[in-house]
Amino acid sequence: MSASLLSLQGVHTHIGSYHILHGVDFEVPLGQVTVLLGRNGAGKTTTLRTIMGLWAASAGTVSFDGSAIQRRPTPDIAQLGIAYVPESMGIFGDLTVRENLLLAARGARRLDDIDTNRLDWIFGLFPALKKFWLYPAGKLSGGQKQMLAIARAIVEPRRLLLIDEPSKGLAPAIVGNLIAALRELKATQTTVLLVEQNFAMARALGDTVAVMDDGRVVHRGAMAELVENEHLQQRLLGLSLGAHQ
Amino acid sequence: MSTAAVPKAAFDWLPLALVPLLALVALPLIGSPSTWLTLTIAGLAMGMIVFVTASGLTLVFGLMDVLNFGHGVFIAFGAYVATTVFAGLADWTSVDSLLRNLVAVFTAMAAAMALAGAIGWAFERVMVRPVYGQHLKQILITMGGMIIGEELIKVIWGPEQRPLALPEALRGSILIGDAAIGKYRVLAVAIGAFVLAAMLHVLVRTKIGLLVRAGVQDREMVEALGYRIRRLFVGVFVVGSALAGLGGVMWGLFQQNVIPQLGAQVNVLIFIVIIIGGLGSTLGCFVGALLVGLLVNYTGFVAPVFTAFASIALMVAVLLWRPQGLYPVANR
Repeated sequence: MSASLLSLQGVHTHIGSYHILHGVDFEVPLGQVTVLLGRNGAGKTTTLRTIMGLWAASAGTVSFDGSAIQRRPTPDIAQLGIAYVPESMGIFGDLTVRENLLLAARGARRLDDIDTNRLDWIFGLFPALKKFWLYPAGKLSGGQKQMLAIARAIVEPRRLLLIDEPSKGLAPAIVGNLIAALRELKATQTTVLLVEQNFAMARALGDTVAVMDDGRVVHRGAMAELVENEHLQQRLLGLSLGAHQ
Repeated sequence: MSTAAVPKAAFDWLPLALVPLLALVALPLIGSPSTWLTLTIAGLAMGMIVFVTASGLTLVFGLMDVLNFGHGVFIAFGAYVATTVFAGLADWTSVDSLLRNLVAVFTAMAAAMALAGAIGWAFERVMVRPVYGQHLKQILITMGGMIIGEELIKVIWGPEQRPLALPEALRGSILIGDAAIGKYRVLAVAIGAFVLAAMLHVLVRTKIGLLVRAGVQDREMVEALGYRIRRLFVGVFVVGSALAGLGGVMWGLFQQNVIPQLGAQVNVLIFIVIIIGGLGSTLGCFVGALLVGLLVNYTGFVAPVFTAFASIALMVAVLLWRPQGLYPVANR
């Protein structure tokens, strides 16, 4: 088992008067893809937002590389090397593809400051971004926006990627392209925490899995174990992965 | 990188085209081309002044969702500072020398911007910061701030109207055929164009500008990318206040007098302009200001009785056509 890069221990989150997370515990091993599964409303998105400091944890500890980060403001958390791709994608629609990427490259004042090899690698993963380089991002298709959102997260080396339901609302063919790109990203030993309801994608990419229900983690383990155990799938998720091939 | 064969999205020219369209429609209604030219330059000058005063407010709203009804106080302070500077530089404003007059005008503008910017910094810290995210409280507290500002002006400069006469060389008109073009109006258009160019340069060509534009659309995502948007907002607030101070000087010279209620009067016009343009949109604010400036001047000549309603009617018409304003900001 790899050492964990991110660890959540007894994390509670309240949004207004609603108690959403009820003591979330799980770890994200270094260099692996951890998939967070669960039904709608289980608390997956709230978990990612709590890690990013967008919603404050009311109790518990979020540790990144051994340091507690749950009291830090969002920009500080991002500067530790954590990139976040929200469910809404968070694309700046009035800005061009180029400007979106330049903004995400914190160390770059101009485009020339971005590592050309890295940019070429990104264009290899997502060719549409090169084609629509000067296009307002708001006019891209849903799949292209998702590609831009992920490209933005990797335009500079980051230590951890938090990706929230990248396949949501995308056509199956586009999801296939996305899986291929994320597989290539995975091959670079990038640590990823992926929230996903598309089981084909979860199975294709996940090394480890945490299943959430009602604001708690109800199962942790290897993805392979969950994939092979239909009884476990039925118990945890109320369905069989085999039906989603 | 090569951008050959890159598809480019079409720019939405339609709102921008409304400006020359309005001018062309007004020509037959006015009848005389020379009068039309005079009114058009006056309208453009007024529009530029309103744009300078309103541009900061639209960015402040766009970036932090702050409804600052106290923006007018920066305008009034700017105008009053100009009266003081002009009094101190009376030898420079009364002499018929364009250079000396311009030095006096630009000194007054610089002083007004510095003071309005400083007041804006304090205003943000004391009044706006405690009410982030609370619109009703923002309206109440910023309006309260404007009332305090007005009273302060009365304490410092007195409650009565103060003259702000144009410097000698900027008085009168340049004759083009039969058309009389006010010299100061030409200067106002030039200053407005300079401010627009500078703003567009910063917003489009610099990383800070990129951050401002992104923050207007989705400030949470800007923070998630690792940038402290609060600092950026304070900077924009101060610059917006300074621009309002500059606009105050321009407006005061346009009217040639100032009153403590100047800010409250201009505030109404400014809100109309930023709603027409699309909240948070700099280009929209510019187009909206020009349309309002032209329409008010044309209506004042063709149907003076309707002048007071012209800008409101324009706002209603624009919102019926585009409910988010002429250039709506994406993601809002």
